[in-house]
Amino acid sequence: MIASTERICEELLGDLSGVERALRAALRRGASFAEVFVEDRAATSAVLDDGRVEDVSTGWDRGAGIRVVKGESTGFAHTTDLSPDGLVAAAEAAAEAVRSDGGGGERVVSLRAAIGRGGRPVEPPWEIPKRKKVELLAAADRAAREKHPAVFQVSAHYADSRRRILVANTEGLLASDEQVRTLFAVSCVARGDGGMQTGRESVGRTGGFELFAEVDVARLALRAAERAVSKLHARPAPAGSMPVVIAAGGGGVLFHEACGHGLEADLVEKGASVFRDKRGEMVASELVTLVDDGTMAGEWGCVGVDDEGHPTVRNILIRNGVLTDYMSDWTRARRQGRPSSSGNGRRQSFRHLPMVRMTNTFLLPGPHDPAEIVASTEKGVYVKHLGGGQVNTATGDFVFGMTEAYLIENGEITTPIRDGNLIGNGPEVLRNIDAVGNDFAMGPPGTCGKDGQGVPVGDGMPTVRVVALTIGGTAA
Amino acid sequence: MSTSRPVDLADLVGRIASRARDGELVEVFASRSDGVSVIAHEGEVESFTISHGEAIGVRVVAGGREGFASAGTLDDDVVATLLDEARENATFAEIDPHAGVAEPDGFEPPALCLFDEAVPRTGRHDKIRLALDLESATKSAHPAICGVRQATYGDHWGEAAVANSLGVQAAGSVSSCHIGVAAMASDGTMTTIASSVDAGRDPSKLDVEKVARDAAHRAARILGAAPVPTRRLPVVFEPRKTAVLVGLVLDMLSGEMVTKGRSPFTDRLDHTIASEALTIVDDPTDPDSLGADTHDGEGLACRRNLLVDRGRLVGFLHNSTTARRFGCRSNACALRGARSLPGVGAHAPHVEPGEGDLESLISSLDEGFLVQSLVGLHSGVNPISGDFSVGAEGLLIRDGSVAEPVREVTLASTLQRVLMDVMAVGADLEYLPDGSVVPTVVIGEMTLAGR
Repeated sequence: MIASTERICEELLGDLSGVERALRAALRRGASFAEVFVEDRAATSAVLDDGRVEDVSTGWDRGAGIRVVKGESTGFAHTTDLSPDGLVAAAEAAAEAVRSDGGGGERVVSLRAAIGRGGRPVEPPWEIPKRKKVELLAAADRAAREKHPAVFQVSAHYADSRRRILVANTEGLLASDEQVRTLFAVSCVARGDGGMQTGRESVGRTGGFELFAEVDVARLALRAAERAVSKLHARPAPAGSMPVVIAAGGGGVLFHEACGHGLEADLVEKGASVFRDKRGEMVASELVTLVDDGTMAGEWGCVGVDDEGHPTVRNILIRNGVLTDYMSDWTRARRQGRPSSSGNGRRQSFRHLPMVRMTNTFLLPGPHDPAEIVASTEKGVYVKHLGGGQVNTATGDFVFGMTEAYLIENGEITTPIRDGNLIGNGPEVLRNIDAVGNDFAMGPPGTCGKDGQGVPVGDGMPTVRVVALTIGGTAA
Repeated sequence: MSTSRPVDLADLVGRIASRARDGELVEVFASRSDGVSVIAHEGEVESFTISHGEAIGVRVVAGGREGFASAGTLDDDVVATLLDEARENATFAEIDPHAGVAEPDGFEPPALCLFDEAVPRTGRHDKIRLALDLESATKSAHPAICGVRQATYGDHWGEAAVANSLGVQAAGSVSSCHIGVAAMASDGTMTTIASSVDAGRDPSKLDVEKVARDAAHRAARILGAAPVPTRRLPVVFEPRKTAVLVGLVLDMLSGEMVTKGRSPFTDRLDHTIASEALTIVDDPTDPDSLGADTHDGEGLACRRNLLVDRGRLVGFLHNSTTARRFGCRSNACALRGARSLPGVGAHAPHVEPGEGDLESLISSLDEGFLVQSLVGLHSGVNPISGDFSVGAEGLLIRDGSVAEPVREVTLASTLQRVLMDVMAVGADLEYLPDGSVVPTVVIGEMTLAGR
């Protein structure tokens, strides 16, 4: 057994006998496939608001989710009782939940430890005194207020989590992963004659406290403060269609929404994606090469194995404008006759069934000089920083928020504009990309929500220009 | 999937709260729930999920310092460590003179029955049947329906208890169930999608046919939708969309936002903030609302709170901490789960009815926009500045009737303006699955941005 899998198994379960019994119990009840997913998650968070550290919390969660597949139906049950009897009881309940197509039988499952990728962070957050975590908050608060008297409210948030998972299934797969994440965020509110404006900055890594050797929280806070203050004189955003330039790293959420979700095989299979039946077709400007890559060390959406135990890989979804592949989980891979999952089967916790999810989704750099992209735009909007977004995968219509944006007038970035959404149609926007910068940056850490489940995702992009997007402002 | 005998929650939280030391406040919240969820697809059960959840959270306030610890299990050995962990966490917090727990206030809880045996008692096959029937009913509800993205049945039943060292204690049981479907319609060139839900406390009373027809009708009526040129016009929000708007407004009336100066309404108590047509109440004592509750997250008895009275701001939503900060008593608006400190929010927002229904309100407009769906609320609405800009689908209104469908447009204004621009409030109150009780509302003017 690979060392880390052995360790995690011992830490979470003691030994594998309960897992093996649960899988056998599922098979006896007619399962064609069964899976035990064990998870242990410990989290610490601290919040400073209104000038004081006001909420220091710790939380702990441990349990197992057991999935039993019979034909095309899945039964699922979860338990916090990790004893062999607890796991078997959950497996039996999951098996009973779905109709059986035929009788079960005795089958031996020999678990093979295939992978155990989780690496210990350089500075495990659970070994760092809470005092040091709390001190970061105060430093951010000070920095945000010092330079900008208009900033009257600062909230700073520190969070770390350690998630250990173990997955075993009746195909013999046995995998583990240890996922440690550390996050820091600052939100500022500035007050001026025209009301209040907000600025937020966040940074997150799949990794430990070493993050703060690289990231200066005071500088992060200052950027959030500057964003809030700069918007005090912001004009209402324009309303209507015009060219939009999005800054590198402003947030690849544009691509996450414009086509990422539409390339998830579960939505494609149900006919709920505007990108269904498009493999091999030109779906974007040839400047577009889009990648989903769960292996990028340190990035927010990085995982060693997905929540079905499959190693993540680098998946090229669109190459030079041509749709090359969809993302899949175990279920979709099996139905579509793929050799294996693309490593995109993820779930929020042991209480949830896995589904197809993105990891780190980003656009590769292109040939254009970012400064020239702006200079060659006569009139438009420059979006420096994006908020979240949302997509209707059936129509392909998607929105994303701008939290720092400016007008472009005669090739120059000029007046700041107020927050709002932009709306576009995925396939149209992808075709309407006429410039891709030779720069690149990953965006801030994100949480992607789908069918009520949130998972951490990363995104990234170079500077990009879309010929026409609709800006959801109020100004004529 | 609890294998050991279930713990008595009221007893458990009371025991831990009673361990408070001198000068220390302790509050314990615990919950346990069961539920199932069924997803139907192509006439089969795609998945059947059996859920069991339990959780406990302990809050300690000592010398004005607050700490919190929680766990997703009620196992004795874990529970035993939480009090000390919360105490340790408190040592890292700074002194907040307003930190504390709820004080007993003598209010009597409303007499409500929130638990219906029908939910746990309904058999697995009947629950599966609801999801399967919903899927097939949706497919046949309209000729344009080409598929169903998801048809679901879900329910939960459970109990919660809270106690604190000042003597507040409360416990209760709840159950609820719902069905929901996302219908897809096609005209050969485009596919549209629309959803509908129904919720209640008795699975046999869920209206499969109505949900199927509603989702199918909505998906079909926006087939052929296209962007239209940018314009300003009146916007009609059906009850389910009114609930979304009201939810955004209530975020701005949260004591948490108000006492930290993050709400544009912080200094506007007793001022006019909305059109006279608008009265908003949070009324968890209404037994017909699915947001009805006997106690809030800190154990105080729920009560009816008038917030906006014919346009005048008369109240905020408070838990005990924001109330102390504001200089008033909590009005029992603490919302929480066991895994986090109590927040602030409305249980069951009511908008007082006016006159007319959706049809008559539409017929009063020469030009307008009927909203069908809103997207990007989390990215396009800023409750601090009030900036409001969201993606929308819907139907144009021309000469008092619904006209062509529209998509890929945005609606924008500020929430402050939206409130002042409430032009009409209908009499067609709907009891919605999210607990709100709201009618159709017409906003006098918003910017619709398109081509």
